[in-house]
Amino acid sequence: MKIRRGGIRMSNKTCLICQGTGCVSAGSREIHASLEKEIEQLGLSKDVKVKRTGCHGFCEQGPLVVVEPEGLFYAGVKVDDVPDIARSLSPQGEPLEEKPLYHDSATGNPITHYHDISFYNKQQRTVLQNCGNIDPEEIGDYLATGGYQSLRKALFEMSPGQIVDEVKRSGLRGLGGAGFPTWIKWEACQRAPGDEKYVICNADEGDPGAFQDRSILEGDPHSVLKGMIIAGYAIGARKGYVYVRAEYPLAIKRLEIAIDQARKKGFIGKSILDSNFSFDIEIFQGAGAFVCGEETALLASIEGKRGMPRPRPPFPAQSGLWGKPTLISNVKTYANIRWIVNKGADWFAGIGTEGCKGTAIFSLTGKIANSGIVEVPMGITLREIIYGIGGGIPGGKPFKAVQTGGPSGGCLPAELLDTPVDFDSLKAAGSMMGSGGMVVVDEDTCIVDLARYFVDFATKESCGECAPCRLGTNQMLDILNDIVEGKGEMEDIDILESLGMGIKKGSLCGLGQTAPNPVLTTLKYFREEYEEHIIEKKCRAKVCKDLIHFIIMPDRCTGCHICTKVCPVNAISGDPKQIHEIDQELCIKCGLCFEKCPPKFGAIEKNYGSKVMED
Amino acid sequence: MDMLSFNINGKLLTVGKGKTILEAALENSIYIPNLCHHPDLVPSGNCRMCIVEIEGRRGQIISCTTPVEEGMVVRTDSQEISHVRQTTLELIHANHTQDCTNCSSNSACELQKVTAYVGVNEERLGRLRRTRQHYNIDDSNPFFSLDHNKCIMCGICIRTCDEVQGVNALDYGFRGFNTVVSTFGDKPIKESVCESCGECVVRCPVGALTFKETRQPTFEVKTVCAYCGVGCNIYLGVRGNKIVSSRGDRDSIVNKGRLCVKGRFGYEFVNHEDRLKVPLIKKNGTFVESTWEEAFSIIVEKFSAVESKQFAAFTSAKMTNEDNYVIQKFTRAVMGTNNIDHCARLCHAPTVSGLVQSLGSGAMTNSIDEFTNAKTIFSIGSNTTAAHPIIGLHIKEAKRKGAKIIVANPKEIDLCRFADVFMQQYPGTDVVLLMGMMKVIIDEHLQDEEFIKTRTEGYDEFLDSLTDFDLDTTEKITGVPKGKIIEAARLYATNTPSSLVYAMGITQHSHGTDNVLAVSNLALLTGSVGKESSGINPLRGQNNVQGACDMGGLPDVYPGYQKVTKPWAKEKFEEHWGVKLDPEEGLTHTEIFDEIEKGNIKALYQVGENPILSEADSNHVKRALANLDFFVVQDIFMTETAKYADIVLPAASFAEKDGTFTNTERRVQRVRKAVIPEGETKDDWWIASEIARRMGAKGFDYESPNDIMDEINRVVPIYGGITFERIEDEGLQWPCPTTNHPGTKFLHGEKFTRPNGLGKLFPLTYKASIELPDSEYPLLLTTDRSLYHYHTSTMTRKVKGLEILDGEEFLKVNPEDAQQMEISDGEYVTVRSRRGDVRVKIKITRIVPKGIASLTFHFHETPTNELTICAIDPVAKIPETKVCSIRVEKMET
Repeated sequence: MKIRRGGIRMSNKTCLICQGTGCVSAGSREIHASLEKEIEQLGLSKDVKVKRTGCHGFCEQGPLVVVEPEGLFYAGVKVDDVPDIARSLSPQGEPLEEKPLYHDSATGNPITHYHDISFYNKQQRTVLQNCGNIDPEEIGDYLATGGYQSLRKALFEMSPGQIVDEVKRSGLRGLGGAGFPTWIKWEACQRAPGDEKYVICNADEGDPGAFQDRSILEGDPHSVLKGMIIAGYAIGARKGYVYVRAEYPLAIKRLEIAIDQARKKGFIGKSILDSNFSFDIEIFQGAGAFVCGEETALLASIEGKRGMPRPRPPFPAQSGLWGKPTLISNVKTYANIRWIVNKGADWFAGIGTEGCKGTAIFSLTGKIANSGIVEVPMGITLREIIYGIGGGIPGGKPFKAVQTGGPSGGCLPAELLDTPVDFDSLKAAGSMMGSGGMVVVDEDTCIVDLARYFVDFATKESCGECAPCRLGTNQMLDILNDIVEGKGEMEDIDILESLGMGIKKGSLCGLGQTAPNPVLTTLKYFREEYEEHIIEKKCRAKVCKDLIHFIIMPDRCTGCHICTKVCPVNAISGDPKQIHEIDQELCIKCGLCFEKCPPKFGAIEKNYGSKVMED
Repeated sequence: MDMLSFNINGKLLTVGKGKTILEAALENSIYIPNLCHHPDLVPSGNCRMCIVEIEGRRGQIISCTTPVEEGMVVRTDSQEISHVRQTTLELIHANHTQDCTNCSSNSACELQKVTAYVGVNEERLGRLRRTRQHYNIDDSNPFFSLDHNKCIMCGICIRTCDEVQGVNALDYGFRGFNTVVSTFGDKPIKESVCESCGECVVRCPVGALTFKETRQPTFEVKTVCAYCGVGCNIYLGVRGNKIVSSRGDRDSIVNKGRLCVKGRFGYEFVNHEDRLKVPLIKKNGTFVESTWEEAFSIIVEKFSAVESKQFAAFTSAKMTNEDNYVIQKFTRAVMGTNNIDHCARLCHAPTVSGLVQSLGSGAMTNSIDEFTNAKTIFSIGSNTTAAHPIIGLHIKEAKRKGAKIIVANPKEIDLCRFADVFMQQYPGTDVVLLMGMMKVIIDEHLQDEEFIKTRTEGYDEFLDSLTDFDLDTTEKITGVPKGKIIEAARLYATNTPSSLVYAMGITQHSHGTDNVLAVSNLALLTGSVGKESSGINPLRGQNNVQGACDMGGLPDVYPGYQKVTKPWAKEKFEEHWGVKLDPEEGLTHTEIFDEIEKGNIKALYQVGENPILSEADSNHVKRALANLDFFVVQDIFMTETAKYADIVLPAASFAEKDGTFTNTERRVQRVRKAVIPEGETKDDWWIASEIARRMGAKGFDYESPNDIMDEINRVVPIYGGITFERIEDEGLQWPCPTTNHPGTKFLHGEKFTRPNGLGKLFPLTYKASIELPDSEYPLLLTTDRSLYHYHTSTMTRKVKGLEILDGEEFLKVNPEDAQQMEISDGEYVTVRSRRGDVRVKIKITRIVPKGIASLTFHFHETPTNELTICAIDPVAKIPETKVCSIRVEKMET
């Protein structure tokens, strides 16, 4: 028996099959069923345990299967691969050597063990330690990792004051994005008078491209619950809510199972572990409004009102849910508590930078070789994440920008790749940690269009209550639309900047206060692209439809008819074996013909300038 | 109050603790631009205009939500602040209809005011995209319209509808840029739960919510609303000789500026073309326009010819105190009879007969304003939000402040939305329900022993009678689950101060007096009477029903509840009036019709009443009226009853005369003449005085209502100190015996007004209603009111908008009954009782429980009272209009 990964005791071999949302959608349920069947047929059931786990993080490569104790890593597993995997698990079996192994994005070489994969070996998986290793639907698995011991320690060895003190010394800051010192909220709630207080876990992860909270809830729900229970004990609350969006059905299901199992084991409910502390947790499903991630809007939503923010003060710690002192923190913040209680504040404070302790978790997506969820110590640079863990841009294309913090964050250029990733450094650069979304873009992305995309998101998701946000985001969107359509004027850039500053300062809540960030940072770092759109009517990434046109090169066209078939508006004419031609009046610039024209011909070109305009 | 000092723009201010920076600034005439602030509402901080800078704090801070702190240094203007304000303002302008000069809010617009202060950068504004969407105007409501294109989304309307009205007809709808003020399901306002109170329109800072008719008056006159007994203070706006607006008086303690739909929009009737303008005399069966001279000469001749006992008069709860005083004086001093009564007989007679026995006085013990500080409010038999909307608002306000609300009502009325306990008792079982609650209180020792010992009598006999009302029996008879009875009893007895509210659901029964005694038993048992915010509060229906009673519009008492049978009282009035008076009690409302039918009463002088619609078993009324020798009606419209008259005299309406109304909380308030009377209409007191003078009587030479009030001051002790001069600004609550007495906020503080000063508990038994459903008439019919109409709708149905909002009667039936009877929603049916039948549309609703149906009596097309039974309470003589049995018959197709 060896102790491996996360301290779980393994018996012979264990097959960990990812059942996170990403892998499930890639077919991992079928892989699991099939593998169990194969193993039974091979008579290996005694020696090999097949376990369904939460997210392994490397979502891009799913479905993932990990074999312990060797640490074998199978990626992109298909049902056809299952018999081979099953046979390899027999005592005489050898690890597979080709399919379905992961191939390094840079070298193209197969890698058999996950700890040899740069995506994994450069991370520091603390909060995510259990994700991918335990069955989130089995509390026994969690208990085997030492789960709920910190709860016992908190309840029987520590006073509420000591816990708050420990949190304070740890330097933990809110991982919902703003990085507000966690202890200040805990202390305020603890000191607030009254015996009716609430603990709320904000799992309303609404940013496009962010999914790490979901992964934690799906992969290790108990760590979050435990953090909430300890928080309840520390501040004197008896009731907690997990506010999770209804679009996360798997997370909700696993939370429900976890709460149920924890209740049966006496970790939740009346007189927890026979102490005189009682605490219950309820799941509240949000209806998918982005603004409900804002804490006061979230409170309104639980109270049955329209999810709209209100001005602070009073802060939720003073007057929160139903007017009672309320502690609201993000999923990741609660998930960190067990480490602080278990290993102590000093241990925790040893990770990270001077001002930002612990780890940061990102959803790394976009034009990146290895996309998925990564956990790194605070202070690591963007370059290390993007090139070290992420494997750089696919196809060796040059890096253009990275948008951190989702629609509230900013867009940083290559010059800033060495910026440390922590709350303060990102903020100084004009961006933010925010939700933990990290979207990498290359030269094929138009920066104006990218800003427009995020502003469009804010326009739709603004709650509509205050004018700067409701009207301002829409005003910026209208201007950006004009620019991408080639109708912008140079004065519009000044207007965007002036508006952006006014909206940031004038808006009621964080949504509006950060909504202009994508525009302001791109104006700061990529101003020339805006100017190109306005003056030259040119989109260098050839994305903005009004500034490009498609043309069929007569010398390369073989009249194969593929493009005429895919064109949705019948804009391409030409008989079979005859050279085709695009009617520019009809063309909607969807780019389908460009994509479908066989590379061996490469007859369709995407060019600058609107053909219509040239005529 | 704790005071704080702070510095604002270099100026040192001292303000009360808890004030926000914005409040403190505005109070001290320091303007901070704002668009979403309203003093009545919880600040929402959404307009982002009131930003300030505070030394030591980062950025711009919203002043409407930030409380002043000691030593704070605030700046209300800076370059940064200007930029942020301008950005927001320019965004609003880019999204706003720019037709200021045509806008009805022009010059009263807060956006204009803020723009003038903040200023906009024209060039920047010019570069902004015109983001305005083109929304259709919602003009579904007859009184006001909503133009989204002018809305600045300050949310004042939404918060008013929520925080003040508790209606929640409006909220934000949709998301992001598409967010608008909307109704549930984005339906037109008329189809929403909107109650058309218009409070949102009054408060809209721009031209988004506007009244449909320009209501800019030439001048305004402060007076009292003519609808229900709440007595809201209003300003009537006059233009030409027409009433064009009505506005709540924010300084009034009664309504604090708030009004209901009738109070705000219900004044078209004053200038309505159907107003009676000249005296009418029936000649050969038809009315002929005549002169006052001719009418008076006939009346004098006929009245002089009848014997005292052959004469009766109905005075009116809609008229002023002065009118009522003169009409009862005329009846008693000139006609020599106590045969005078009015519609109080049909509403609160049991209150008077019951509460006089138990407490000594039959009026609301507390003030309206005290509701808001009650911890428990128990509303039984009162559809408060429909019949007394502004008291409904006080109850909702109490709820917002944390009060517990108990509702007992056979129907699931609107107030149930706010109820902590809702007991849906079977109609007519109130005695059982209340005694059952008292049994719980005794069993759990929650009674106030000290109060019982020192302030009451009759406890032992009462206790004996309580044994019959154990929980099982109570649950069985009332249909209310035991748990709710227990919960209500505990709340009422322990979560004090408790205030009890009741209305027609208690009184309009053949055992109405018992019901009232049960109510007073409950209050006495728990010591919940005679204290601030704690007492028994019968809500009086008509605007001046309290005053009509106070003024002796009753057969058994002279003005001020001085019994006609007491020799000292009779002598006193004989001395003041200089005539011999009738020593016997007169006949009551119901008895008068009986005597007319028998031929014993031959002449009737009826002022401002419409018994053909309002009296139970009204076919009986029709038969009686046909039997009269001489019938004079004095009214503002040709009512259903007036058609039976020999002479119809045109009276001035409330807006055309001076005087006083006494509201339900005993507050005597000034009514003022706003417009010149229509046609040849005259004040009621003048008409009665003129008849008296022409009949040779002395003591009717009044020149003004003030003269009459002088006389009232002299003969009515409880009104002794209430002079026009003293109530110029705010009314006084009786008892107010002397001119230096401050009036009485709540009654029975030291002792009860019974002769021995003690409250009396009464033993009670359950008496079933007289006519209960059987196989022949299987449904129980009860009666209720609509928010949009008033009594027999003589006034409200003259208001077009009210008619649009509620223009037709519906028989409300439970879905299960409807299914069983195979009738569908909106179908016309015949409703038949043992006394008559009416044709009416069906409304299927769960508001009424199975087995019970409900009608109002607002619609002459559907004379509900042809169905009701004239079973009367033996003491109060009130008919049982809340319970009779009916059957529903499908119409022949």
